[in-house]
Amino acid sequence: MFPRRVSGRFRQLKWAIMAVTLGIYYLTPWIRWDRGPNLPDQAVLIDLAQRRFYFFFIEIWPHEFYFVAGLLIMAGLGLFLFTSALGRVWCGYTCPQTVWVDLFILVERWIEGDRNARIRLWRQSWDIHKWRLRLTKWLVWLLIAAATGGAWVFYFADAPTLAGQLATFQAPAVAYTSIGVLVATTFVFGGFMREQVCNYMCPWPRIQAAMMDDGTITVAYRDWRGEPRGKHRKGAKAAAASRIATAYAAPESAADAVVQQGDCIDCMACVNVCPAGIDIRDGQQMECITCALCIDACDDMMDRVGQPRGLIGYLALTDETKERAGEPPVPMLRHVLRPRTIVYTVLWSLIGVGLVVALLMRSDIDMTVAPVRNPTYVLEPDGSVRNIYDVRLRNMSNVPRDFSLSLTSDAALNLSLQGEDASTVSVPANEILLQRVYVTAAPGSSAATGDHTDLTLMVEDFAAGTSASVATTFNGRVSQ
Amino acid sequence: MSDSKPQTLVEESDAKIGTTGHDWDGIKELNNPLPRWWLWTFYATIVWGVIYTVLYPAWPLVNGATAGVFGWSTRGEVAAEQAAFAQRNTPLANALAAADLPQVAADTSGELHRYAVSSGAAVFRTHCSQCHGSGAAGAIGYPNLLDSDWLWGGSVSDIAMTVRHGIRNDTDGDARWSQMPAFGEILSNAEIDAVVEHVREISDQEHDIALAATGAEVFASNCASCHGDAGEGMRDEGAPDLSDAIWLYGGDRDALHTTVNQARFGVMPAWGARLSDAEVAAVATYVHQLGGGEAEIEKVHP
Repeated sequence: MFPRRVSGRFRQLKWAIMAVTLGIYYLTPWIRWDRGPNLPDQAVLIDLAQRRFYFFFIEIWPHEFYFVAGLLIMAGLGLFLFTSALGRVWCGYTCPQTVWVDLFILVERWIEGDRNARIRLWRQSWDIHKWRLRLTKWLVWLLIAAATGGAWVFYFADAPTLAGQLATFQAPAVAYTSIGVLVATTFVFGGFMREQVCNYMCPWPRIQAAMMDDGTITVAYRDWRGEPRGKHRKGAKAAAASRIATAYAAPESAADAVVQQGDCIDCMACVNVCPAGIDIRDGQQMECITCALCIDACDDMMDRVGQPRGLIGYLALTDETKERAGEPPVPMLRHVLRPRTIVYTVLWSLIGVGLVVALLMRSDIDMTVAPVRNPTYVLEPDGSVRNIYDVRLRNMSNVPRDFSLSLTSDAALNLSLQGEDASTVSVPANEILLQRVYVTAAPGSSAATGDHTDLTLMVEDFAAGTSASVATTFNGRVSQ
Repeated sequence: MSDSKPQTLVEESDAKIGTTGHDWDGIKELNNPLPRWWLWTFYATIVWGVIYTVLYPAWPLVNGATAGVFGWSTRGEVAAEQAAFAQRNTPLANALAAADLPQVAADTSGELHRYAVSSGAAVFRTHCSQCHGSGAAGAIGYPNLLDSDWLWGGSVSDIAMTVRHGIRNDTDGDARWSQMPAFGEILSNAEIDAVVEHVREISDQEHDIALAATGAEVFASNCASCHGDAGEGMRDEGAPDLSDAIWLYGGDRDALHTTVNQARFGVMPAWGARLSDAEVAAVATYVHQLGGGEAEIEKVHP
């Protein structure tokens, strides 16, 4: 595939989006964020060894993984929303494959020249000139791929430290492996496979067909205006302008205004610039990523031959029939705001609000209780019955804190801690402490002689005024 | 069916890709070979397969399989891994073997304590859980190690002593050894019934008051020398406390009668002969922290 260079407003938009997305990707790991001592200073960090995820002021522990699940659902719904409103807009502008292919093609054009030069070079035999151009191109691609793989691993470790380790070959093997895999995939997918990744490897083009309907705005060719296509002839301009004017002003006479030739001059510009290599004039196709480069190319051509722009443009299938009948199209906003997209937006917002509320309401202390069931209870010499609980206390703050444990129950039960005389334990900052907790029922009490008794274990930090509690059961001598 | 259309199709295809020359009653086999890359991949896998069977264990023989040039085996890999772990733990194990055990047991947040508890848990599961249960709750005849009742003492050094030398075994001269006569040969059946009622009285169970009073006299002259006047037991002798709620062989009338009549003895091997000092120390620390561990008692000898 040798896409031709194109310029225009959508191309400008794509450049801007590429700069922003690549900038975010490459630079984010280097943003610092002071969290105090003993904690990483990296703003965005996925710490697999410590099982923490840091995102600016948010710190997610493994048991709060629902935040990540929620974000993934939001990403999915967002994709549905954009697809049903604007088709494959994700594919065309922000998909990493698209962005890196765009960047790779930019490098290719810069080194080997535009479409015709590249085709010539491709057909040419392998002489020194071709080898030189090819090796230069591959080297630049490899550098980009290395930066891509390199940026990836920085999300999983302290970036400056890892960068130093990488440079001195001290980094962990997994870092080199990750970089290697990403370099290879970026190089091959971005450099050689390109649109084949989209067409054969990516499942989304097939799923998106279900997400789109007649009201979805996609890139389309106005064949009522373009056909029958033919070579550009001087003097056709006036005829075409009057035909379009008539079509909009007097729909009933549009049929009479048919002339010999349409506006399409069959210059193939739209085909030549297409990174997916399709002819949009054949109608909407699975391969089309709605990147709008053909719109830019066609508009440019229409300007040159002095005809109105918009032979290819963003429009919905319903508009196409309307325009054909000579009616004005429905405004863009009406297409975007349909019941379907509104439902997606509402769902998306609900999950987002839910996550934010959960984030604001979460406590920085937490515990899980695992009752020891082997054995279910222990009989003590004085006849009292004891149950053991493995309690994991989480201190999700930056300072060591004293956790006070207590229990509430209808029955008379006593709590004691293993290895501690008091009922308070100190939990180090950002750690989970495993504490064995004993709960004892007095001899002859209903809890001791009975079956199951409900109780609630409570952990409190009096200094900070936060608490957490877990309901569990106590097994008496009848239980088994 | 045989003449017009299908024939044309075959003929058209013939022109394009040719046939293999095979012809069965007019049915021709078209020559559609596999793609070259596919074939080469197939050949490469064959070559790889041959190389693999030379390098690694592969062909089954009568007693095992071919060893392979690398001499690799899963068993060897496990052994190497175990050796690596043992190697890594050697400093801690040595430190534990040399350490003052009560101090290790008391320092619950210390590194040695943590090492002792986790490695002791492994020792326990391997060697002790068969009798004492995987949760250390014991069974009838096998003491529960979770409660605070100890026959020979529940301080960590007492536990280590028990583990090292065992109970009533002939292999270790220092084994803990308690002895109770089979009172069936000494007392009458009625006297045994009476002493059982007395024991049920002192252990706060339902009992016959008149019979228990008779039993108290029998107890005082026959049992109190080891079990104490109030039946509180004697740890130095390994004599159980009869006044508490815990029964090694059961506290109901039948079980008690059998115990008095025949006497019962449990046996435990001397683990000092099978486990390293570090392992004994580790399992003693593990048992000590299960819930019934006691502090060291200063032994005063007159």
